[in-house]
This record gives sequence, C-alpha cells and structure tokens, in this order.
Amino acid sequence: MLNSKFLENKKKLNRLFFYGVPDLLLQRTPGIYPHFELLQPMIPCNAILRLSFLYISITFSVFILHAQDGKQLFSTKCASCHNIFKDLTGPKLGGVLEKEKYGGDPKKTYEWIRNSTSLVNSDPYYSALKNQWGSVMTAFPDLKDAEIDAIWDYINKTYAAGNKPKPAGDDTAKDDLKKANQNSVIFGIITLILAIIALILAYVNSNLKKMSDDAEGIIRPEPVPFYKNKFYIALLSVLLFVVGGYLLAKGAIGLGRQTNYQPEQPIYYSHKVHAGINQINCLYCHSSAWESKHASIPSVNVCMNCHKAIQAYEKGPEIIDENGNKIDGTAEIQKLYKYAGFDPKNAAKWDPSKAKPIEWVRIHNLPDHVYFNHAQHVRVGKIQCQTCHGEITNMHEVKQVSELSMGWCINCHRQTKVDFNYSEGKGNQFYSIYEKFHNEIKKGKMDSITVSHIGGLECQKCHY
Amino acid sequence: MGKKYWQHFAEINDPENLDKFSKDEFADELPFESFDAGVLTDAKAPRRDFLKYLGFSTAAAALASCKMPVRKAIPYANKPDNIIPGVAKYYATTFVQEGEVLPVLAKVREGRPIKIEGNEKYLLSGGGTSARAQASVLDLYDLYRIKYPQQKVKDKFEEIPTFEQADKLIADAIKAAGGETVLLTSTIVSPTARAIISSYPGLRHVQYDAISYSGMLLANEACGFGKKIPFYRFDNAKVIVSIGADFLGTWLAPVEFARGYAQGRKIQDEKNPDMSRHYQFESFLSLTGCSADIRATHRPSETGWVAVSLLNAVNGTQSPSLLSDKKLEETLKKAAADLLANKGKALVVCGSNDKNVQIVVNAINQAIGAYGTTIDWSTPINTRQGLDADMEALIADMEQGKIGTLMIYGANPAYTYFNSERFKKALERVKVKISFSEKMDETTSLCQFIVPTHHYLESWGDAEPYAGCISFIQPTIYPLFKTRHYLSSLLKWSGNNKDYETYFREYWISKLGSEEELNKALQDGVKINPSASGSSGSFNGSSVSQAVAAISSIKPATGDELVLYQKVSIGAGAGATNPWLQELPDPVSKATWDNYAMISVKKAEELGIKLDINYEYYPHKPVIRLKAGNKEVELPVLVFPGMNANTIAVALGYGRQETLGATASGVGKNMFPFTSSNGETISYHAAGIQIELLDKKYKIAQTQKHNSYENRKEVVRETTLASFKKHPNVIPEFSKELKEAFYEKSKGDFRSHATLYPDPDTRQNEIHWGMSIDMNACVGCGACVIACHAENNVPVVGKSEVMRYHDMHWLRIDRYFVSDDKNPDDLKAVVFQPMMCQHCDNAPCENVCPVAATNHSQEGINQMTYNRCIGTRYCANNCPYKVRRFNWADYTGADSFPDNQDQKLIGKLDPAVHQMNDALSRMVLNPDVTVRSRGVIEKCSFCIQRIQEVKLKAKKENRKLHPDEVKTACQTACPTQAIVFGNDADKNSQVSKVRAANALRSYHVLEQLHVLPNVTYIAKIRNTEEEDHHWAEGHEEPQHADHGNKNQQHQHEGH
Repeated sequence: MLNSKFLENKKKLNRLFFYGVPDLLLQRTPGIYPHFELLQPMIPCNAILRLSFLYISITFSVFILHAQDGKQLFSTKCASCHNIFKDLTGPKLGGVLEKEKYGGDPKKTYEWIRNSTSLVNSDPYYSALKNQWGSVMTAFPDLKDAEIDAIWDYINKTYAAGNKPKPAGDDTAKDDLKKANQNSVIFGIITLILAIIALILAYVNSNLKKMSDDAEGIIRPEPVPFYKNKFYIALLSVLLFVVGGYLLAKGAIGLGRQTNYQPEQPIYYSHKVHAGINQINCLYCHSSAWESKHASIPSVNVCMNCHKAIQAYEKGPEIIDENGNKIDGTAEIQKLYKYAGFDPKNAAKWDPSKAKPIEWVRIHNLPDHVYFNHAQHVRVGKIQCQTCHGEITNMHEVKQVSELSMGWCINCHRQTKVDFNYSEGKGNQFYSIYEKFHNEIKKGKMDSITVSHIGGLECQKCHY
Repeated sequence: MGKKYWQHFAEINDPENLDKFSKDEFADELPFESFDAGVLTDAKAPRRDFLKYLGFSTAAAALASCKMPVRKAIPYANKPDNIIPGVAKYYATTFVQEGEVLPVLAKVREGRPIKIEGNEKYLLSGGGTSARAQASVLDLYDLYRIKYPQQKVKDKFEEIPTFEQADKLIADAIKAAGGETVLLTSTIVSPTARAIISSYPGLRHVQYDAISYSGMLLANEACGFGKKIPFYRFDNAKVIVSIGADFLGTWLAPVEFARGYAQGRKIQDEKNPDMSRHYQFESFLSLTGCSADIRATHRPSETGWVAVSLLNAVNGTQSPSLLSDKKLEETLKKAAADLLANKGKALVVCGSNDKNVQIVVNAINQAIGAYGTTIDWSTPINTRQGLDADMEALIADMEQGKIGTLMIYGANPAYTYFNSERFKKALERVKVKISFSEKMDETTSLCQFIVPTHHYLESWGDAEPYAGCISFIQPTIYPLFKTRHYLSSLLKWSGNNKDYETYFREYWISKLGSEEELNKALQDGVKINPSASGSSGSFNGSSVSQAVAAISSIKPATGDELVLYQKVSIGAGAGATNPWLQELPDPVSKATWDNYAMISVKKAEELGIKLDINYEYYPHKPVIRLKAGNKEVELPVLVFPGMNANTIAVALGYGRQETLGATASGVGKNMFPFTSSNGETISYHAAGIQIELLDKKYKIAQTQKHNSYENRKEVVRETTLASFKKHPNVIPEFSKELKEAFYEKSKGDFRSHATLYPDPDTRQNEIHWGMSIDMNACVGCGACVIACHAENNVPVVGKSEVMRYHDMHWLRIDRYFVSDDKNPDDLKAVVFQPMMCQHCDNAPCENVCPVAATNHSQEGINQMTYNRCIGTRYCANNCPYKVRRFNWADYTGADSFPDNQDQKLIGKLDPAVHQMNDALSRMVLNPDVTVRSRGVIEKCSFCIQRIQEVKLKAKKENRKLHPDEVKTACQTACPTQAIVFGNDADKNSQVSKVRAANALRSYHVLEQLHVLPNVTYIAKIRNTEEEDHHWAEGHEEPQHADHGNKNQQHQHEGH
C-alpha cells in the first residue's frame, strides 16, 4: 500500500520536474522515456466485459445506417447551412417533410439533394424556394439513398423529441474537474482548521503544564516566545524556502505559456454563435485540420459563403463580452463586408478577388521546434477539438484553455488509447502491423494500446 | 608492401605526426588566454565582468521572455481550391541549365517551391538528379537576380518602369540601329522556342555553348550521321573505354549515363559475380576516372594518339608506337582486346573537342559494333548544338559592324569565350545589345538593355533533351520579380501579340490533339513520342584515314601541360552563384569554395613541395604562377595521386565578377582565358606551360581530413573481382568471428551485450528503418549531399568556417585512395563512401549525453532533439563515425538574440552565410524541419519528417505502411540508386532484398565496435584480374569490443 502510494507520488513529482519544464528554463532537463512506463499500472482486462461489448457492437453493426450516422452526416453535410429548429442560411429542416410537396416521404428529396440546380430550373416549387432564400442549395451528388434516409431519420427523431441538442463538449470532464477543485478546497479548509486546533491544543497544553508546575511548585525556566523559538524559526525558513522555491520554479515554468490568452481580434467573431448556437461543424471552416498539420483560419471567401445571405445578427441571444459590453453582431458582420469588399445592397456585383485578408491574432502558439499535426489528432486519433481547445461552443471570443506545455502533451499521450484494430475490420488498419501487441492482447496480457506504447513519448514524434 | 586506403598523403608519409595532430579537434590554436598569476584581473574578460555579464544576460533573458510577442495569423483572402496549407504539392517541370536538361518535380509548399525531386516517369534517369538540379531551387531565391527591366544610362543601369516602355525603347533602338539582328543563345532544346525564333522576321540565330561539343558534331557529320550527338547506352555495355570523357560528372547527360552505367556496375548475382569493365584514359584524376577499374594517364596533347593507338590495336594494324609510356601502351592493348572480345557490348567515348580525335573514336566504335547496340542514333541528344565556327563568324561580323542588334540569352561569352577580350571589343561595335539574363553576368553588364527572363520554376516551357522525348516546364510560383519570359519578349518584338503562355498552349494543343492531352502531359512532365525519333544512320569511314594522318603528324609536346575541366558543382560557371554548390566538397579533392591547380606527386617533388603533415594538416597550400603565352595566373596547389606527371588540371567556372553576388565574387580564378581555338574548335588543354613555385601560401578549405577514424579498421571494404570470386566469404566470416567472440562473453546474447538500454530485441520490431549503400554504384557525384541540404535546412557556413572544421554537411562523401602503402602515386582505385549518421542500435553517442537530448526510437532511429541539447559535444566526441555536427556560430540567424552572428570570438561570418539568411533566401527552407540555432548538435535524421509524413498518410488512408513508401532525400536524389532505404523488419522491403542479395559484400563500418549500425555498405569490387592480397588475408585480426573501447578511451584522453 505504502509502496504504491510512494510510486504514485514519485510519478507526480517526476512529471512536475521532468516534463513540466518549459521553453525558457530550457527544455534540457533529462527525462528518459522508458522509466515512467514501468510505473504505469496495468489495467486489468475484464474478459466478460469485452465479450459483452463485442456482442453489442455486432448487434448494432447489423443496421447499416441508423440515426447515429444520420447525426454525423447531418453535422458534416447540412449543419453549416441548416438547423433543425430554426432558419439559418437555409430553412429549418424539422418538419420540412410534412409539407405537401413531400408528404412525409424522404424519397422525394433525393433528387433535390443530389442535383438542386436542375430542379430549380424545372420545378416552380423549387424556383420559388430559390427566390425566397436567395441562393440554390449546394448539391451533394455523392450522397446515397440510405444516407439521405439516415439524415431524415435523425432530423425527424430529433425534431419529434423537441430537444435541441446540447453543444458538443466534454461536460463530464469539466464536472470532474469542478468536483476535484471543490474537494481540494474542502480538504484545504479542513487541514487549516485541524492545524489551528493543533496549535491551540499545544498552547493549552503548555499553559496547563505551566499551571500544574506552578501548583506543584516546580520551577521551570520562562518559556521562550514562539517568535524567538529556534525550532519555529527553522521550521518557518524551511517552509519559506520550499514554498518560495516552488513558486519560483512554477513561475519560471510558466514563462512563455499563455493559458487564458484571449487577445482582441479585428472582428468580434463569436464561436458561440457559430459553433454553439448554430451548430456549424468545426471542420466546415477549419477544413484543413482534416488533411494537414494546420487547422488554418478560414479565408474570407469561406465566411462569405454564408454571410452573403446572413447579413444581420437578429435572431440570436444578446452577445455580451467579457467586460459586460453589448456587442452588435450586425456591426461585426459589416466589418467582414469591409474586408470582403462586399456591398449588401449590391450583392450581385461582388468581386471576391478584391477581398483583403483579415489579420487575426494568433492565440495558440507553439515554439518553432515543436511539430504538431492536426490531421494526426483529429482524423487519425479522432480527438474532439474541445479536448485541447476547451468549450469553444461556449466562448464568444476564443481563449487558450490548455497550457500547451510538453507535460500536457505527454500526459495525454500516456493516457489516450489509439484507434487500435483490436479485431479484424475494427480500428485503423495502420496498426495491424504491430504483431507483438496483437499477440499480447490476445493472450490477455494487455488491455489497450496507448499512444505511448507505439512511441508516442519519443522525442522525434514532435521535435525534428 | 600492402594495400592501403588513405585520404591524404600524411597518412603515408608522416603517420606519427598525423596521429599526434589528430588528437586535436581543430587545426588552429584555441584562443585561450594565459592563466599566469596576477593577470586574471587584467585579462580582456576578467571574472567579475564575466559574472556581471552572466547575471545581466540571465535577467535580460528572463525579462525578455515574460512578454510574449503578438503573432498574427493571416489566412488567404480567397483560398485556392487546390492548396491545403501544410500539405506539399508536386509539379512536374524541367531543369535546364548549361546544356543539362533534366525532367524534375518541384515540391511546392504554400505556393513556394522548396525542393527538387527527380521525375520517375523519365525512365532514363529513373528519378535520379544531379547536384546542380537539386541546388537550382536556391537560384530562384537568389538575392542577386535582376529584379526589373533596365537600360544603361551613362554606364549605369536604370530601371525601366514598365515592359511596355521597354518594348518601345527597344523597338525604336532596333529600328534606328539597322543592320542585322542576331539572337545569341546557348543550345536551344525547346521546340516552341525554335518555332518562335524561326518565325522572327530576319533574325539570325547563333548557338554558342560555354563548353563546346563542336568536335563531336563535326566528326559525326564527317562520318555520315549528320551534325548530331547520339545517345550512349552505358547499360548495354560490358566494356566501357573512356578517353578523357567525364561521363559520370559533366559530359553530355551525366545523370542518364550514370544510371545506365550503374546498372552494369551493380553485381546482380553474388554467387556468379559479373559486372561491366571500365577503362579510363585521362590526364588528371577526374570524377569518372575515380570509378574506373583500370586507369592509365597520358599527356593532354597525346589524346589523339591514344585514340589512334586504340584504333590500331582494335583493327590489328601494326604501326609504330606513338606513345612513350609503356604502361599506357599495355593498358591500351588490354582495352582493345576486351573491346573486341565484347563486340556489340562495348563502347568507347571521348571527351575531346577535336574533330579528328572524334572521327577516330567513331571508327573504333564502328569496329567494335557499338552502333545500334551501345550507341543509339535513333534518339540523338539535342542538348549540345553550338558550333564554334558560327560564333567565330558572328564575332567577325560584329567586328565589321554588320550586326545592328545583338540579343543574348543563356550565353555569357564575355566570360566563357576563349578570346573574351576580342568578343568584348567586337561587342562595342554592336549598336543595340539586349540581354535576357537572370543575373548580372559578365556579358549582361556590357549590354545596354536588360529584359530579365524568369527562373525555370517561374515559367512555362518545354525541352527536348533527346529526339522524341518532350519534357514540359510549368510555373510553380508566380514570378518573384518584374521579369518576363524571354520568348514573350521575342514574340512581342517580332510583332506577335500573344504572350508565351498562350503560344505554348496553342502550340501543344495542336500537336497533342486536345487540352486534356496537354494537361496530362504537363502533369506527367514527360511525353515520349517514339515515332519522332530519327533514323539510325550508318557509319561512313572515308574521313578516318585523313584524321589518323592529321593526328599522327602532331609532334609530341614537352614540358608541362594544362587541362581545364568542370566540377560537378560549378560546371562552366552556372553553379558559382549558388552557396550550396560552392560549399559542396569537390568529389575528388574535397575542397570547397575554390579552384586550384591539381598537380601530380612527381611534379610536387620537382617543385620541392613536401607532402608531409604540414602540407596536409593546415589549409595553407603552396602557390604557383602558371604561364601560358602571355597569360598568367596564380593558383594554389593540391597534389593528387594518379595524375599524369606533367599535367596540371584546373577547374573552369570560377573567378566571377562582383555583380553576380556575394557567393560568386572573389572565389577562385577564371581559367577560360587559357582555353584556345585550333581554328575549327575550342580546345580545353594547353601545352607549353611554365610553372613557378611562389613564396606564398593560400588557404583552401578542404573537408577530407576533418573527421578522423584514428586508424580504426575496417572502414572501407574493396577488392578485385578475381579476389572476390576466389574468396567470396571474407566479410561474412569476419562478421561470424566477431559474433562468436561476443557469444562467449555475452553468454550467447549477442545483440543485447553491452548496452545501457532495454534489450534491443524487446523493442517493438514491426518497423525498423535501415539503409543500404552500394559503393559499387556510388560515383561520388554529390547530388545526395545537396538534396540533404535542401531537405533538412542544413546551413551554409562559408569558406572561413569550413577551414575551421565547422562544415555542417549531414551527409558527406568520403573519398579514399587505394594504393600500395609505399607508393601512393600508383593509384589502384578510388572509393567513394557516403557517410552519415549510422543510427546505431547500440549508439555510443546516446549514453554520453548528460541531458538525453539524443536517444533511440522504437523504430531504430537515433533521435536528436535540438531543443534539449545543451551543446556539450560529448556525443560528437564519442561517435566513431564522426557524423555529428555542431553549430559553432549562429549560421541560420535562428538565435533568440538578434545580431548574434558576427562576434568577436566567433569571427565574422562570410557574406554567403548572410546571403542565406536573407528573408528571400530563407523562403527555400523546409517548414517541417526546425532551423537549428547556435550551440546545438545536429546530424542525419533519416529524414524523420518524411517518415512521419508517410506514416500519417497511411493512417489517414486507413491502411498498412508499404515497406518502400518512405524515401529519404539522398535516396531519391541518387542517379545510380546506390542508396536504398526502408523498413528492414519487413522482408519484402527493397532494403531487405538488397541486403539479402548482396549478403557476401554487405558490412557495417567498424563492426567490431558493436554499435550495431542500421546502415550497411556493400563492398566495392573492381573488375580486374589482379590478385588482392589484402583481401585474401581476409582482414587484420578481428578486433573485439574491448579493443574498440580501448580506442575510445584513447580518444577521450586525447581531448
């Protein structure tokens, strides 16, 4: 028991001093990779649990597409222009099928979704739609019947349930964090109270002793006042040294880190309005996160895809910034138009080639010697954007949530399981070459493969 | 007498002193101040000051880092659909420079080309490249390019604001000048350019090549083939005889030839070893000569006689010997016998620019059945068409004032012409002189108008390197400066209002049939049209007897002779402005940033130059004055084995004028004035040279002696084919002996013995990177070195720093001479050994690093983490291969402190280093690789960024990694495919297959040290019958690990 606790503490200490060391106090403290792995407890493999999981997944894979897939398709293909409950660039989709045109039959929408332009030209209903909404819907010629059905299935179910989906986010993690914070506060207060009680008791004790000595007539030297007591002074200086050293080290480590950095941007762009309230998929704007190392900020023409039609901020809730000022969304859209060279009154004459780029202030800065690839994390690792960027859907202006330190990266690499192909046809086929791990999993020696197992803690994963 | 592999003369002449000197890390005395008592406080940097500075700088650094700078992120205004920031695109294009035409791919990141790769669709190169093609991407970002159209006003160039104004000015000037309008170019290989030039009304087109091949063109015409140069199929040749042709380095199409040559040189079946045989007859030690199996030297003036003697020997004609040298005579006989024995599989090439010599060579080729087999007349090479007589005629017309307008593109006669003074005078008589040059070269600065053309990476275009093969050029970046394609200018001035791009598209759409076809051709880069190839022609021997007679009548020369050659890096001068190329050590001399006189050992003795430690160890070299007629030049001297005793060889292309930029100016001496004309063709050698040793020294920055193995064996493995056949198992047995010795000690556990790390066998072993280098195929061309520079942001350090042993090449090519240990001049062979980090699985560098900045990955890579390195250099000291490089100064400007480059203690860095740090030049940097700052070690990473990129690609595509998917930069650049890289844990990978197929010759360098390198070398085999006793003895007594350790300790004591 004691031993394991000791190991646990040592691990924490190690992390603090080895991996927490930052850019300035030079990333030059030793940290040799295999050591910590040895300290990691193995997660016992529960065969029954795994079997039942297998069963469930087999059962579900029988239905080729269901509402769950519809949700994903909806968010990647539709959500940038449509919401289920309200009008955006395009009309709200909840209840659309009940219109006379469709009579509740999703099949009638196939042609529209795959080739909208031809219908606009031939069908007066759709040409009326075009006039009403100002533009023709982007066509999705690749969508299959079953996929469109799945999307409608999702829309209908969600609409019927009437529950607006919560902005995607890692609520549980946040709750855990809150709980942990509360706990430590409670423990701190209890410790403090106990320490005071101990002090009082000690004082009472010494007084009582003095009284009893006086009563018994034993003469003792006058007690030294505590501020002259060498023991107390020594204790205090050791404490000061430890606390001061800790604070200094922590301060030094924190140099160059920008947690909570929230600079003022040239346009008050609200992620909450876009990604939160309007549910626009992150990848719609940050599309290169899927392909490239950069997530990249969308170019002006991407903004204008929607804002050609959405010219004012009217229906959403009031935007209040950090200082309590009210932000006029429509005015901010006007700023965009200035960059784009767009005149809302003369929309047809807009020349996108005259647009000027917007100079955003970069929030997440990694040092030059760090190689970070978004595609590796988002596409291969299937990591949610929120894991590192926090609850973007609740932020108006973005601030840096994670400290982006090496210790932070390493910790995640230790804990995160890779999309290992534990069985045929599952996970990423890239990992099928790792024969040794497959054998160990088969034998039950290993339960899961974390990034660190496949070299995720090695220097040249990120530094070259 | 024993065989010896050596790199410089001191190893043979002065081994004791060399050992002593090698203990020091640097040749210079280190600038330590004396520690005499009492002077400490008076010292230049007393301790208190030091502490003050230390305290201040710590505080300043801390304060400086408290405030983070605000960084902007500026997205595109309109993102082009085909660009994803952070993902590279490859565009097929064509490198055209000084007669070298090579289809290549340009790697483009965020709209800027940063790396050149070979085009695998061009089968003749198989994706190989040359050093100059690799370096051409840096020329694009050259600070000293001409940035806008200019005209000379009172001896000074002034900008012409717009092209319209320039067009008007020039049109008026041409009209006013009257007379003939001439376009002077280097050889034009572009079909569209030919069409445009021929449609320009009244334009006379003269082609002039800096290095002339007129002799060949005329000889082939005389032999009935027309004024053409055939394609040489070295891959079909079993016997290759080269009379002074540097076909692996600079002759005609070196990349294609090297690839064909290597196919015959690689041993396909080790059980039944067979390879082509290469004879080289030459006057000095050339790059191609280094690869030869059998070499003989002759005087440059004897070249014709060598050819005639070979012809006589092949024909069996008895004739009085023209040659004085017995060895030469015998070698010629042997070569003739080999040629005859391999009729139809033999080839003779000759580098001479003399018509008669080339006619004789043609006669030999006819006699040995080379036509139609090893010489392909159906696809003649187009890259050299200039005739010296045309240029002569043009200058005569210029002198007579017949030429009203002279337009110059790609030619620089004011520098390269043998009688450049005459050309310059003649140029003065021309009224309108227009240059299209990209750079302010010697001829351009004499012109009156400059309408600069694009760099090839900015332009459209096409090239036909040989008949029937079209290679396309497409822009990879918007023109950086106000330049215009020279063909756009020509079109405009000829009254055609189309710009070149439109013309180009229309031309090829009509030729290829449709726009889709053109787009496909542009995408592929090359388009082969077999029907366009010419007829094979037949040999007409009527001119041979006359040519033989002409050669025989030449009197033998006496005294010293001069031969002028080109370096693979600089060529005829095009590479001189490129810092990467200037810093590329010459394959033979290992010298950077200079040209020099290569002289023989005998000549050195004659001059009284002692080849001792003082000559070899210090950069100071003796200087000679070289006189030919009324021309003279002072040159430093480098002594080489295997040179003709009376020949002095000097490289062309140096001694450029200042306007070409900081890199070219002041480097070396111009040797073009020493070329001459025999009335018909230009000759690149001269007889009747006087040399005189001066009481002077000149510093040359050579890299060869920088890294000492401290006499450890075996680094190089090389033997003859005969010996290899007799004793095929020498290398496996050596390895076995070592293993057995280890087994005893390590209780049967060979691999895990003596390592601090977890047993290598317990590492995950599904991916394990390895490399195999075939020294039989390596010709030492240096393409890999430049590719590594470009891929990995390796800094340029300049001559002054190379001299201080501070060169930064991650990949170096070690050159070893092979000779008797008593007679170094009797050169048997030269071995090139590309040497880079060996990625040892039991790496000695890893366990000495105090901060674990270098350690091992699961995939067998020795990782180097720059941001963790504190610069103790323990690793570099403990590396037995000496492949780690230390950033002694802030070569890249990457330090956190500005203005840290020129310091009192470091000294001033060369201007070329600052040029490389200019914002424009820095555009060439690879954004995926950290730019290293001062004070950290760096070294070969096996192109880790490429490995990571390919792994990510496989993951994104949800599939397994293909075993040969990752290719390192050196591997793709290599024209001979000597370097193979891949996952050696996979038995299907190429590297595993190559190792298995060459198991009898694959070895690790210094295997006895038990560092378990991941790079294997394939021993070099010379195709001779000679018995190699050194090999037959096998090797010296195998040295065991503790011997190696002793050596290591020894080394530590030394420091």
